Amino acid sequence: MLAWTIYLSFAGALVQALLPKGKNGLARWLALSVAVAGLALAVAGFVAGMGQGRMVIVDLPWVPSMGVHYLLAADGISRVLVLLTGLAAVAGVLFSWNIELRTKEFFAFFLALIGGVYGVFLSFDLFLLFVFYEIAIVPKYFLISIWGSTRREYAAMKLALYSFVGSSMVLIGLLAAYATAGSHSTSLIALAHAGLPVSFQMWCFPLVFTGFAILAGMWPFHTWAPTGHVAAPTGASMLLAGVVMKLGAYGCLRVGIALFPRGLDPWGFSFLGIGSWRTVFAVLAVIGIVYGALVALVQTDFKFVIGYSSVSHMGFVLLGLVTLNQIGMTGAVMQMFSHGILAGLLFAIVGRIVYERTHTRQLAELETMHLSKRLPFAAWAFVIAGMASMGLPGFSGFVSELQIVVGAWKVQPWWTAAVGIGIVVSVAYTWRALQKAFFSDIRPTPDDHPRTGWHDLAPITWPEYTGVALLTGVSLFVGLYPRILLDTIEPAVKALLAGGVQ
Amino acid sequence: MNYTDLFRAMLPETALEIAALLVVVVDLGFLRKAAYKIRVTVAALLGVAGCCVALWAMQFQGGVWLRFGDAALLGTGGIAAVAQTGILVLTALTLLLLIDTDFTRHVGEYVAVVLMASCGGLMIAAAQDLLVIFVGLELLSLGLYILTAFAKRSGKSAEAALKYYLFGGMSAAFLLFGFSYIYGLSGSTNLAQIQRSIAATGPSPLLYVAWILVVAGLGFKVAAVPFHLWAPDTYEGAPAPAAAFIASVSKVASFALLVTLSMGWLMPGGGAKDVTESYLRGVYQTWPQLATILLIVAAASMIVGNLAALVQGSVRRLLAYSAIAHAGYMLLGVATHAAYTGQGSALQFFASSINPAIRSSNAVLYYILTYGLATIGAFGVVAVVERATGSDRLDAFLGLHKRNPLLAAVLLVLFLSLAGIPPLVGFWAKFNLFSAVLGVSAGPVPFGLVALAVALSAVSLYYYLQVLKRAYVMPVVDETPIKAHPVTMAVLLLIAAAVVVLGCFPALLSGWINCLAPLR
Repeated sequence: MLAWTIYLSFAGALVQALLPKGKNGLARWLALSVAVAGLALAVAGFVAGMGQGRMVIVDLPWVPSMGVHYLLAADGISRVLVLLTGLAAVAGVLFSWNIELRTKEFFAFFLALIGGVYGVFLSFDLFLLFVFYEIAIVPKYFLISIWGSTRREYAAMKLALYSFVGSSMVLIGLLAAYATAGSHSTSLIALAHAGLPVSFQMWCFPLVFTGFAILAGMWPFHTWAPTGHVAAPTGASMLLAGVVMKLGAYGCLRVGIALFPRGLDPWGFSFLGIGSWRTVFAVLAVIGIVYGALVALVQTDFKFVIGYSSVSHMGFVLLGLVTLNQIGMTGAVMQMFSHGILAGLLFAIVGRIVYERTHTRQLAELETMHLSKRLPFAAWAFVIAGMASMGLPGFSGFVSELQIVVGAWKVQPWWTAAVGIGIVVSVAYTWRALQKAFFSDIRPTPDDHPRTGWHDLAPITWPEYTGVALLTGVSLFVGLYPRILLDTIEPAVKALLAGGVQ
Repeated sequence: MNYTDLFRAMLPETALEIAALLVVVVDLGFLRKAAYKIRVTVAALLGVAGCCVALWAMQFQGGVWLRFGDAALLGTGGIAAVAQTGILVLTALTLLLLIDTDFTRHVGEYVAVVLMASCGGLMIAAAQDLLVIFVGLELLSLGLYILTAFAKRSGKSAEAALKYYLFGGMSAAFLLFGFSYIYGLSGSTNLAQIQRSIAATGPSPLLYVAWILVVAGLGFKVAAVPFHLWAPDTYEGAPAPAAAFIASVSKVASFALLVTLSMGWLMPGGGAKDVTESYLRGVYQTWPQLATILLIVAAASMIVGNLAALVQGSVRRLLAYSAIAHAGYMLLGVATHAAYTGQGSALQFFASSINPAIRSSNAVLYYILTYGLATIGAFGVVAVVERATGSDRLDAFLGLHKRNPLLAAVLLVLFLSLAGIPPLVGFWAKFNLFSAVLGVSAGPVPFGLVALAVALSAVSLYYYLQVLKRAYVMPVVDETPIKAHPVTMAVLLLIAAAVVVLGCFPALLSGWINCLAPLR
């Protein structure tokens, strides 16, 4: 059933591309119905899979001479991320409702990207996973370069090249693993059981992990992320931050850690306290958390604040992954879900609700606009999203960050201390942005407060209300009742920790 | 030698020659007064019909080995059959692209020369003897020089042809010189006998020299660095259908030849019965030298091709440099037969269920066939744009998605396939090739070169995106629609569809190749 999310999205993309010109309304409704149908399938698959382990959906020989199978399956982690993709797709379409330029092409690329993302989360054949992973690169380029804003062509090319370099590293690792295993199969399970030599895992793990982590925004390979997010149109930045960065993190987990577990073993010597690839990546993740937060603190562009906060939050995911313990990794998957929802919400508020009305994202200019009075809905939505994003109890971010911090403490207490700084700074930058953009206390001068009243900003439309309600609702629900996801994630993480993919 | 065998083995070539004569007779004899449109259409269709008959005639070859005494001259079937089918199909496609052009008034002669050149291609794909190889290569090359010069009204075309001819003549001299050394060392022109004799005497410095000369000659044909200098000028100056022919058919034939050469060393007389332990040991001693030369050429081609393509302003030159890069990837595949023979032992050779050497040669064929297909399409699109805008600069592609959405979509599919984005066929070709290389040997050198190739294909995405960016992203200056002839459009759509379908079901083509040239 879950496989239909992929087919439906690609079919939707194809139909969009073939639509006659000028049918913008039709294109929007078609995109929304495809996204909602995908979400419905994802929810149904999630519910049906509760309490179950890995379920094979399709298994067909694809390239017999190379042992490649068209193998789609879903375990707890996949089901949660497919659910996230469904939500992000629906919200993305809702916040792209006002796209008038080449509408059908926009939604064609959008749905193609979504289809690729569903595919990655559901593939259990390394090769198939890679194919879907690359399919997701091209639509991103066009979405940003055609419909984007600030320095869009630069940002789009940078993103495409970073992604392609990352996927080249993955491809090299994939080819090497395939050749070394000699098992004549590319299924993740078969490769995990192939008994790859430790010396091989030691160099292949960092290669593949870094390749995927580039897309997850790992410091110092994160620079595509802020520029890409800022340049992208709202719907696309929601997808970029919401699900595309998760592709990288998911690859790190599903391929990097599960296929090359011995690559995380200690080297046998240590340099400056760094004694294994695991510590290397943990340190990079911690730097990413703190660095992203500090840089977000000094941004003048509202969207860059959110862009760098994404780098910081994805650092949590990577840190959670390399804790290699049950609670930390569960937290990492949880954080993928939570950040997917919240980053989408923040980008929607900044990019769609505020920017499309004020036509500026400079905090200094927004300060003079008194948006809390003119756009109270946006202000309230941002307060809620900001609180959720900084990890206040009651929202999904709290559950996930707490788990990651506990997991990190178990391994290395000073990681937790450093992460603590990151969390404190995240409160600061969110508050600063909130205050500058919405609640500034600069008195209006007579010039910008004419007696006739404010120049009216366009009213909030129904897609915006619906989208905000959907995303905040999900974050709140998961925050109040985290078991709904945890019960699905935990067994899958346990199985993964117990022995590769099995 | 018996004449029935000769006739059967040469049936496709015969069909092409008859078609070539027929085209000339019809065009010059019956259609002298006819309108240009009719002449082009009739000539192209007759040429396509000739290709179809040749394809049909291939089934009667039945894996014949044409022998002279006990030395094989031509070996049909297997790899040769794959390459010949590819050559005929690609020739037919380039002929169909001719219908929408007007660069020459001598269409009959043009089609005849195309058919004869492709006949030379068929010969070298099946050749097992140095003399047959040289005759076939010259037949092909002379045809290509003429085709390049066919746009008589264009100065660029004449310049390109002259450059091509001078380089080509020199490289043919190198090749012949190398062949003469090989003949001197082994006393035979037959590939299998040469290998046997070299394996018996062991490596010698003179053999090194001979191989360098042969690689120089063949490196010119496949446009490998440092023998690539003709390619950008020729691709730029030749009339579009001729450039498409040079970029696809001639490449298929030359790579089939390279593969035949390497297989010929491994399979004396075309069968495994003569492969003995001592023979293989001899092969292992002599092969790595040729492999080293090929690996250096491959690495240089990948690097120079990809880096030079980054700065091109003309799409045809860009395609030329990308062709050089692709030739580098494929040479990597050809060269690794040697890496295998250098490290394995005879026992391994017999024991392994799938012969890695055959697997890598099949991967090279898969690559060149799909690459040829995509390149013909790319030149088809360039030709249409060029006719409408009068230029092949990058900026000529501005706003193509508005001016002709279908054409832009074809361009998107083909260029992404060339860049190696899944699920298009170019990706599978690359994956298949690189995994075959690593299947032969996963030592540090082949692995390093594969890593280099993968990294450089990330670089290649940049220049392919430069063209697509103009077609889809950058602001439209001129919105007048670009009209393409229905036949051209149909051919281009067919090619794009094939690229997508073969990409989604990669087993179709590789299954067919493996069926003709079994892996064990």
